[in-house]
Amino acid sequence: MRFLRSAKVVVGLSILVLFVLVALFGPLIAPHSADWQASTSAFAAQPPSSRFWLGTDVQQHDLFSQLLSGGRDILLISLMAGVVATLLSVLIGVTAGYVGGIVDDLLSALSNIFLALPGLLILMVVLKALPQNMTSNPVTIGAVIALTAWAWGARVLRAQTLTLRNQDYVEAARVIGERKPRIILFEIVPNLLPILASSFIFTVIYGIGTYATLAWLGLVGGNTVTWGTMLFNAQNYGALISGWWWWYAPPALCVAAVGVALALLNFGIDEIINPRLTSARGSRGHRVRFVLGLTPVVRTPAPLAGTDLPLELPEEAAK
Amino acid sequence: MRTVLRRLGFYILAALAALTMNFFLLRMLPGDPLGAQLAKSTGQITPAELQGLEKLYGVGTHRSLVSQYLGYLGQLLHGNLGTSTSKSVPVTTLISTDLPWTLGLIGCATAVAFVVGTLIGILAGWRRSGLLDALLPVSTFFQAMPYFILSWLLLITVGFYGGLLPYSNGYDISRGSTVTPGWNASFVGSVISHGALPAMAIALASVAGWIMGMRNMMITTMDEDYVLVAAAKGLPQWRVAAVAARNALLPSISNFALSISLVVTGSIVTEIVFSYPGLGDEINTAIQNTDYPVLQGILIVVVFTVLAANFLADLVYVALDPRARREA
Repeated sequence: MRFLRSAKVVVGLSILVLFVLVALFGPLIAPHSADWQASTSAFAAQPPSSRFWLGTDVQQHDLFSQLLSGGRDILLISLMAGVVATLLSVLIGVTAGYVGGIVDDLLSALSNIFLALPGLLILMVVLKALPQNMTSNPVTIGAVIALTAWAWGARVLRAQTLTLRNQDYVEAARVIGERKPRIILFEIVPNLLPILASSFIFTVIYGIGTYATLAWLGLVGGNTVTWGTMLFNAQNYGALISGWWWWYAPPALCVAAVGVALALLNFGIDEIINPRLTSARGSRGHRVRFVLGLTPVVRTPAPLAGTDLPLELPEEAAK
Repeated sequence: MRTVLRRLGFYILAALAALTMNFFLLRMLPGDPLGAQLAKSTGQITPAELQGLEKLYGVGTHRSLVSQYLGYLGQLLHGNLGTSTSKSVPVTTLISTDLPWTLGLIGCATAVAFVVGTLIGILAGWRRSGLLDALLPVSTFFQAMPYFILSWLLLITVGFYGGLLPYSNGYDISRGSTVTPGWNASFVGSVISHGALPAMAIALASVAGWIMGMRNMMITTMDEDYVLVAAAKGLPQWRVAAVAARNALLPSISNFALSISLVVTGSIVTEIVFSYPGLGDEINTAIQNTDYPVLQGILIVVVFTVLAANFLADLVYVALDPRARREA
């Protein structure tokens, strides 16, 4: 697969697979449950030891177990946000681009407005006001985050749909008498897939960051343990000033690592959408030199494209 | 001119939409959180202030929704954002002391990120050599993690363990400090040194976007014929690069509109981490005190700031690109 040739993609994908495995099986292999306490009388965070690999927090929770079980909800929420936001952006962006006219004007204005709204701040107000049992439900949070995240994708998809709309094959389908929903679904959307994938990944990164931030501010209720709520606890108990790095560093690094892995994956997709963006270092080890005005193409043994050129020349000469 | 007016019309529409959303936001949620909170806060603020809030948001009054909404817009036109339920101070007073800090921080950080990112992007797109391209994943690393984690990282390494820069508050307020707010050297110096770390966090987080956008646009632009012509004329390399860069810069400016609200919200989170005395810290306090008037007031102010910044970017774009003027 061409996709896997890029080192960035391979690294990103492997990190991602690791974390998905943690999300799936982490709670099962964790030595203790997330709310298990080693002792109820001690009140000092223990540094990492052979018994507690990542130490404990002030309330003697095993942080390694919390880290293993804390990935599931955050990944689920960001995945949920990504799926819902992508669906919304396809619905709004592609419709706006394909239908055009007043519909386009309205939908474009709508997505531009949502783009200008500070999503995180709105989420802060909404989550503060929602009752506790709703903010602890990952599906609710994911959907709410998605509502603030679809506009970017819609804008990009609209622009791409505009260029696809007048392509010959779409024109052909229209002439045959295909109906609009069918043309959109079977002619337009498949050609939007790379952009769709890239905007999906972008939204998932946004979802992780946003959820982690909201949880860290203590706006996510309930007893669920996620990397975000671990950071909230660490902040609340002053882990930073007390030097309990084992409390805040691992969850923070996990959130960062998932984000970086997804961003690396996005690099690969960007290079597929626009092959000219590929880095100078060739994937097979040999270096390609970029010359002004020319993007070098790595030569592959293919029949010469210019063989049919001479056939046309005599005709022109005859005129 | 018509382009500018059309954009202005859009921003007025957007502002109105934001105000409407702000009005209905807390009403659509289950359990009438605003009314419940106002009922609880009778002890903390004077009855007159409470009445003002009820009038502003139309809670507890028995008017129709439309007249409540119109009343709300009228109050906002008079610059009335209500009273903080926890501090018993007008929200506008709170915001006007916080806003300069936030605007200064975001302005400086964004300016630095834009200039540095664009320059690196030009070089990376021009040279496409190993070293600069290796910088791309590194800068993405900063962009892909949430703002507060990056801020923490800097706070811990540079501030807490490194001890190189102060890592909390907007200026020296420690006991025994001789700094007094005002236009004097020690205060300005203190503000700059305290702002350095949060600004660095914001700049680092947003620089990757500028680098990537500029590099990708540069690569596309370099294949244009006019760049080839510039090279064929025998112009020195850097002049050719400048020809390409000038044109590649335009999408970067229109991308500004896409990124500014993310940068602003990110900066607000950064302020919370560094206890910077701007809007971020105010929001954090308001969240802890369930102070909806302050939250909603800040929301409005941030939306207006973002829209104003967008409009400025539009003006710059129209000034730079003759095509944008002709299309109108």
